Amino acid sequence: MAQLQISGLSLAYGDHPVVKGLDLHLESGQIGCLLGPSGCGKTTVLRCVAGFEAVQAGEIRLGGVAISRPGWSEAPEARRIGMVFQDYALFPHLSVRDNVAFGLRGLAAPERDARTQTLLATVGLASQGQKYPHELSGGQQQRVALARALARKPALLLLDEPFSNLDIELRERLSYEVRDIIKEAGTTAILVTHDQHEAFAVADEVGIMHEGVIQQWDSPYNLYHRPANRFVADFIGQGVFVQGTVLSDHQVEVELGTLTSIIPVACGPGCAACGKSCRVDVLLRPDDVVHDDRSSLTAEVTHKAFRGADILYTLRLASGARVLSLVPSHHNHALGERIGIRLDVDHVVTFPPTAPPVALFVPEGASNMARH
Amino acid sequence: MLAGFDWSVIPASLPFLGQGLLYSLQLTVVAMTGGVIFGTLLALARLSGGPVLAGAAAVYVNTMRSIPLLMVILWFFLIIPLLTGKPMGAERSAMITFTAFEAAYYSEIMRAGIQSVSRGQVNAGYALGMTYAQTMMHIVLPQAVRNMLPVLLTQTIVLFQDTSLVYAIGAKDLLKAAEITGRNYNRPVEMYLFVAVIYFAICFSLSLLVRRLNRKIAIVR
Repeated sequence: MAQLQISGLSLAYGDHPVVKGLDLHLESGQIGCLLGPSGCGKTTVLRCVAGFEAVQAGEIRLGGVAISRPGWSEAPEARRIGMVFQDYALFPHLSVRDNVAFGLRGLAAPERDARTQTLLATVGLASQGQKYPHELSGGQQQRVALARALARKPALLLLDEPFSNLDIELRERLSYEVRDIIKEAGTTAILVTHDQHEAFAVADEVGIMHEGVIQQWDSPYNLYHRPANRFVADFIGQGVFVQGTVLSDHQVEVELGTLTSIIPVACGPGCAACGKSCRVDVLLRPDDVVHDDRSSLTAEVTHKAFRGADILYTLRLASGARVLSLVPSHHNHALGERIGIRLDVDHVVTFPPTAPPVALFVPEGASNMARH
Repeated sequence: MLAGFDWSVIPASLPFLGQGLLYSLQLTVVAMTGGVIFGTLLALARLSGGPVLAGAAAVYVNTMRSIPLLMVILWFFLIIPLLTGKPMGAERSAMITFTAFEAAYYSEIMRAGIQSVSRGQVNAGYALGMTYAQTMMHIVLPQAVRNMLPVLLTQTIVLFQDTSLVYAIGAKDLLKAAEITGRNYNRPVEMYLFVAVIYFAICFSLSLLVRRLNRKIAIVR
């Protein structure tokens, strides 16, 4: 049964709609994530679930019981939720131990102390209990916030941009730690963030939010390889669109060769490979374009970004179209150099073209370079 | 010029002055305690958002802050016998008046203090299952008081100085005691000088404490 079920949630600030009929379904024990650019409404959804915001349409159910409906809202303190706030909102006048124990006021003292100590140990702060929040580092404060939110064994844990105040290195390490802690506690959780690496590190399933609705709710793998629309394709990962022509229901031809797709290629809505050589835009990720010195296909390096383990090259094809290629760092090529490339596309992603049609490049004698 | 002074009256009048000082301090403590409690309730009423409650609290606070303290002291002292039929002692009357009057000032300080605690702290309280009252009691007010402690203490120093106004209704505070002994020994100048030194010593050491607190709070925040 779904632990959290949001159906048709809508909310507007004045004339400005923020959330427009959003649906979300999260199974018990799962970690979900709302991922989107700032202003997409994701934090508003979280505030609605927490009960800090009244819903104007739709319904929120927690464990099968309605907690928010238009005109009625269960009080936040009665919702059995735990929340980790963006700025942690630790209580500065209480010690770390008292912060964690705060939600456990109903318990007898020995029981409360034991649970507090267990929680502090879980987040690796067993020896820091007597300190005050301002004496801890940002990462430690974040873990206190997590321990405090988990103390009451909430039916649902809400995390509002919990890593945004941390430096990047710590962010990555802590995001895996946080996932492990939440999973160990067996808590259903929902994370809100604008950072896809965080989302992928923590969540089982991610919803891409844009303009008040979830554009796609899927696993991180599918979001990257099977984006449902252009917005998701653009927002997740890197890549460029190149022009292609649909050859058959499983084949698309692009400048760099013919791609074969496992799933049928659709030319556009209502046209599943109609045989009329429809034009489509084909998504090429940087990992789809592989550097290969033996390849007869070459492209000119127009830009390079050194990233340590690898280099992200921007390459110009014969037609003038540009593609990105992620190449191991020891293949160091200069700007202007022509390097051999081939396509290695597992997942062919196509969308109806948006740009006006341009004269198509037809590759001469290009062999089939796709794998499937 | 000081040669004409007779300081020997001071040791002799110390016990009597001590009684006066004790009352001044009592009045300060009572008015401060009562004023902070009543003032906090007024502040919560003003921040409650309920138009009747907030409006009534605002009227009270603004009225008190627009009337000179001396007039409030005198009126209360004169009106109570008319209402109840029997006079109330000047000392008790002053305690009630000061509490009611100072509450208006403390309420403004507490209102600023409550507003200085971020909304996130309140939400964090709710998210931990606390009710409004529990959140206020255990999260917001402790922080509000801590943030405002220097300002609260400064107001208390002013309050301590203002307690000298009760001599107008004849309550026996430090100033009244000085006046009486000064008259008895016919040495009013020496006595007034001496109590000025006492007022100064107490107020100045309190303001040093405020300065230290300010530094300490700045570090914690």
